[in-house]
Amino acid sequence: MDVLVDNADLILDGFWKTLQLVLVSGAYALVIGVLVAVARVSPVGVLRGAATVYVTLFRNTPLLILIIIAYYGMPDIGINPGFFPLITIAMGIYTSTFIAEALRSGINGVPVGQAEAARAVGMPFGMTMTQVVLPQAGRLIVPPVASVLIALVKNTSLAGAFGIAEATFRMRGLLNDHATDRWWIFFGIGLGYVVIVEVISLIAYLIERRWKVVTR
Amino acid sequence: MVSTPMVAMQGVQKHFGSLHVLQDIDLEVAQGEVVVVIGPSGSGKSTLCRTINRLETIDEGTISLDGQPLPAEGKPLAQLRADVGMVFQSFNLFAHKTILENVTLGPIKVRGEKKADAEARAMELLKRVGVDSQAQKLPAQLSGGQQQRVAIARALAMQPKVMLFDEPTSALDPEMISEVLDTMTSLARDGMTMIVVTHEMGFARTAADRVVFMADGRIVEQNTPQEFFDHPQSERARDFLGKILKH
Repeated sequence: MDVLVDNADLILDGFWKTLQLVLVSGAYALVIGVLVAVARVSPVGVLRGAATVYVTLFRNTPLLILIIIAYYGMPDIGINPGFFPLITIAMGIYTSTFIAEALRSGINGVPVGQAEAARAVGMPFGMTMTQVVLPQAGRLIVPPVASVLIALVKNTSLAGAFGIAEATFRMRGLLNDHATDRWWIFFGIGLGYVVIVEVISLIAYLIERRWKVVTR
Repeated sequence: MVSTPMVAMQGVQKHFGSLHVLQDIDLEVAQGEVVVVIGPSGSGKSTLCRTINRLETIDEGTISLDGQPLPAEGKPLAQLRADVGMVFQSFNLFAHKTILENVTLGPIKVRGEKKADAEARAMELLKRVGVDSQAQKLPAQLSGGQQQRVAIARALAMQPKVMLFDEPTSALDPEMISEVLDTMTSLARDGMTMIVVTHEMGFARTAADRVVFMADGRIVEQNTPQEFFDHPQSERARDFLGKILKH
């Protein structure tokens, strides 16, 4: 127990880094995910094709490999904005494919008549999406998107292996220095992740309740 | 002087896979005319209705609205659709918007009207179709008949040149059918150009200027309602009328 209290600053610092990883790659994932999902249902064949290739490629590649490519490969071809940006981009791209698929299933869950009615009053594709389809899909996608973000929280632990001092990285450091207290350390770090995940679940619950619309 | 027809379809062909769902369709609808399309299920009448604002694409032929050929995609198509009101069998009111918002969304977002103007006109239209007291409710809180009348108001709010009705009463309970048909009849009386796909023979008789009978993807016969119902020319139409008028 003492080991957690004595090293609280280290641990909290680690979780702050974890949180930063989640927030930055989560933001990338949400923005790219929305664009890719909309492209996948767009009337333009080229966009649909490109989005499908994107999802197939990045969803089916292990995250660790994407991070390695970003970490070693990108600086190799002259792109080196630093390790934190490289890793968050890799995690963001990987996660965006899951966001896109969750969104697409939500979009497909909105009855096709809604989009037809929007088109029939003269809305172009983009407006049909933003005014009619996405607001209704939103409610359907909250639970799956929350699951994806929860997976992302845990995936950020991979960044520790690349020298980002997030929670799992701190845990390994503590294990080295306080080998006899390892169960306390496991417990403390595990609890930290549980707290982050539970906060995401709570936010998802509140959003879902708020967006509840009476339909048929 | 011959005026431009509001809707003109020439040599229209459409296939769903191996099914030839529209065959050699030629149809002209004059301004102010009310055309009722009837026929057995699967005859292509709904598809015909949906090709007019290009919710269904066609394989061959041309369709023009008020003299303008239908654009294939994008902004021009959206603009043209704004001039064509459409009423669906399943109402398709925007489920997440109030009744009032359903009627004002198009005018505000598509036509760029001011919210206050759009709302004032929407309330007038809702009053006209008799659901103004429900303006702040969500679609799911209304009866089917009320929802369909809102759908008509929503289409009218765009000040369309022509209104398409795709089986507007087929999903309604019998006692709600008449309230929707009354609304449509008054619209017809006001001179709106209308194409109505329906099974309501009473409406066809009283409100239509012309009845178009379709079977197996073709227009088999068209005539005034009086002539069509009393003296059908084709075997197919006689057979159809015999079946539906028997009960």
